[in-house]
Amino acid sequence: MKLEHLAALRTAAAQRHPVAYATRLPDGEAFVLPDAAAPEALVAEAATMLAANRTGVLLIGAESWFIEARNPAPRAIIIGAVHIAQSLAPLLASLGFAVVVVDPRRAFTSAERFPGIATQTDWPDDALAGLAPDRETAVITLSHDPRLDDPALIRALASDAFYIGALGSRKTHAARVERLGAAGMAGTAMARICGPVGLDIGAVSAPEIALSIAAQLVAARRGKLRVECPA
Amino acid sequence: MGGIGGDADDILQIAADWQAAGEAVAIATVTATWGSSPQRPGSRMAVTRSGKIAGSVSGGCIETAVATAAQRCIETGAPQLLDFGVTDERAREVGLVCGGKVSVFVEKLM
Repeated sequence: MKLEHLAALRTAAAQRHPVAYATRLPDGEAFVLPDAAAPEALVAEAATMLAANRTGVLLIGAESWFIEARNPAPRAIIIGAVHIAQSLAPLLASLGFAVVVVDPRRAFTSAERFPGIATQTDWPDDALAGLAPDRETAVITLSHDPRLDDPALIRALASDAFYIGALGSRKTHAARVERLGAAGMAGTAMARICGPVGLDIGAVSAPEIALSIAAQLVAARRGKLRVECPA
Repeated sequence: MGGIGGDADDILQIAADWQAAGEAVAIATVTATWGSSPQRPGSRMAVTRSGKIAGSVSGGCIETAVATAAQRCIETGAPQLLDFGVTDERAREVGLVCGGKVSVFVEKLM
């Protein structure tokens, strides 16, 4: 592998650009695609693999190519730089999520509290407007403060986010659903919110609650989640 | 997960960091699997001449053999495509629960 290719792959990942990395077997000739210098048939096959998010070996003519689809990593946007977020953010990062923690209270988002994790101090609705959640994005509200959580949930519900979770007891969630309903959100839309958030594993401590949320996120991504919402 | 595994991507960063620190590095990539091999195509392992290893290509069954091939590749500069059946006796001897087959491409980071 050429160092310049490695750098190009890392830049694409950081900028959330989908690329295909094609390596000819066994001699190691390689392209980061799309690349105008690559053979036409390879460019076409790589585009197909990338669109299907498939990684594997293809025979193109007489040549064997290993084509790696490198689509942007799934993202998790956490609202509220609270204690549970300190456990959840690194846990989700270890599962391959690009994690952003949003909290306008600067003291909460310090690098000491979130080493190596991206943080934003915008108001959650502004932050979500900029981050533009797509179908590879999860939004989790943890702040317990309706002034932070509610606008974020309204933004999230208007997006294609594959998972929306809100921390809080059944009672808290019922009150939240009532508030969001009064703000004009439809009950059917609010059924997308996982609240209380997380799988029911009897979690008590912050790391345990983080684990239950992370497990629910994985279940959602792998198509194993049933949302049962009291809305 | 479906996109770029944060994990697999970290291996590329580690490989780049090792090379920047003056190490000679090879990268091993799973290109194909059959059966119950635990790592998916695209999984990577980085190996230095000095013997540092990051990442995984099989969950432990063939890492030693791949590391040896990677270090040879660092010396020769020639890439290599390796095929393993990971139900062999050696895997069983060390108590690994592995099945299936895996192809691993090993190349030097230039």
